[in-house]
Amino acid sequence: MAKRIDVSGLTAYYGSHKAIEDISMTVEPRSVTAFIGPSGCGKSTFLRTLNRMHEVTPGGRVEGKVLLDDEDLYGAGVDPVSVRREVGMVFQRPNPFPTMSIFDNVAAGLRLNGSYKKSQLNDIVEKSLKGANLWNEVKDRLNKPGSGLSGGQQQRLCIARAIAVEPKVLLMDEPCSALDPISTLAIEDLIGELKERFTIVIVTHNMQQAARVSDRTAFFNLAAVGQPGRLIEIDDTERIFSNPSVQATEDYISGRFG
Amino acid sequence: MDISTKTTDASPPTPQPAAAGKRGAARSTSRPGDRIFLGLSRGSGILLLVIMAAIAVFLTYRASLAISKDHGNFLTSFEWNTNIDPPVFGIAVLAFGTVVSSVIAMALAVPIAVAIALFLTHYAPRRMSGPVAYVVDLLAAVPSIVYGLWGALVLVPHMNGLFGWLNDYFGWTGIFSWDGGAPRSMLTVGILLAIMILPIITNVSREVFRQVPQMHEEAALALGATRWEVIRMAVLPFGRSGVISASMLGLGRALGETMAVATVLSPDFDIHASLLNPGGGTFAQNIASKFGEATEQGRDALIASGLILFVITLLVNGAARAIIARRKEYSGANA
Repeated sequence: MAKRIDVSGLTAYYGSHKAIEDISMTVEPRSVTAFIGPSGCGKSTFLRTLNRMHEVTPGGRVEGKVLLDDEDLYGAGVDPVSVRREVGMVFQRPNPFPTMSIFDNVAAGLRLNGSYKKSQLNDIVEKSLKGANLWNEVKDRLNKPGSGLSGGQQQRLCIARAIAVEPKVLLMDEPCSALDPISTLAIEDLIGELKERFTIVIVTHNMQQAARVSDRTAFFNLAAVGQPGRLIEIDDTERIFSNPSVQATEDYISGRFG
Repeated sequence: MDISTKTTDASPPTPQPAAAGKRGAARSTSRPGDRIFLGLSRGSGILLLVIMAAIAVFLTYRASLAISKDHGNFLTSFEWNTNIDPPVFGIAVLAFGTVVSSVIAMALAVPIAVAIALFLTHYAPRRMSGPVAYVVDLLAAVPSIVYGLWGALVLVPHMNGLFGWLNDYFGWTGIFSWDGGAPRSMLTVGILLAIMILPIITNVSREVFRQVPQMHEEAALALGATRWEVIRMAVLPFGRSGVISASMLGLGRALGETMAVATVLSPDFDIHASLLNPGGGTFAQNIASKFGEATEQGRDALIASGLILFVITLLVNGAARAIIARRKEYSGANA
């Protein structure tokens, strides 16, 4: 079941440095929302506040509210570990566990969550790999190490690993930036399929990619280096790329800066 | 890289102006810096092999002199008497004692060292991990005779309680039975060796755990792993071969430790089932305690026992390498 994300007044710090300030937005379930903006504007930081990964960084802390449907992720007594079981994440560089086989990589999250019968595991791993469009390429070598795959395959393996635990939301932090165009296309197609089942948030530096895959686009910017990043606007992707309501967005998209 | 290449290109006077026309692919190997460094590093490598070979030849030659005169069975006899003619000596007791004391030391030290290393890298606040790591380093710098004296004067008198408890509850196994004698036994030696090898295993493991790429730990975290689960999924598998190497360094020290064992152990020439009763011996301890008063023939016999220690060390290291190589394709090095 995909869930809605409702962020209000979110500010994140690295130690005393304020990285992003006062961000509020709503992310609709079963849609793709893209974050764009120049480097250092805090879009990755913001993404990492949505599954409480930001606070893993030494000195990282967050103020404000993130509601997943009606539950505040930063509420008192909420365990960040259980948040991350609901909000999955795919990283910039493919990071399958090098010490595990392809099968074990996909099953890793399941084994954390409880005990499954071997046949159940087999079914879920197959379903997840099919969901990540990787099954046909790896079905004959599930017991081989995941690190033997190509970069694009590794990234799809990571997506399979993330969706195997049926998260409510899938966060993707520049998932294609380390991949070649063909692999990028495969991931983009996959994102289109996955949004039927998950709420997807994707950070990207590639504006064409944002335009291709997303339903809504959020533009982040910062006033100057050292200043906190802010959300400039969020709107339907079509509108952001044709007729944005803020001048800075148009300047960025048309390549006048950034 | 580019800049440094250019500066070395410009500064040294070209040694062979005649070759200036042919400066092509071979250019980089003909620079003096490269040739000197190549010579030094190749020489060091060869020197290592020569030293190893020299040790092996020396041990084998002197050992063969002794073994050819031995009228007991060198490998199985429980006797060490080199002053009679013909001499009778065997290394069975020494091999047993060396292996047993090292196994005890490893069984105690490796889990504790890994736990300390994990604590320092993944649990302790940074303000604390620095000083603690420093103290662990200091432990490695304490000379072994100091450990030996501490073991004999402090550890041995305090072992009675533990030995009594082990005898009460586990005495029926035979391994932990105790006749109440002074606890100058293999278990005490093993515990002392464990303390001695703890720092090296801790330090190397700590370095290995620190090298675990952030992205693997984050991958586990993002799946909803707790801190312990991150360690189990990402840190320990990645550090596995490093921890084995660290343990081998510790084991090497435990196998060869001399003074600490000689100070604590009350040796004899018998194999005892009980780890708590005094007796037994190790290769290094036996050599140290007998070498001074030994005749030429006796020294050759001791060197023969040293050869066996050398062989055991080689076998152990080979086994460790085999373990590491068996799962090579799953090692973190492929990341």
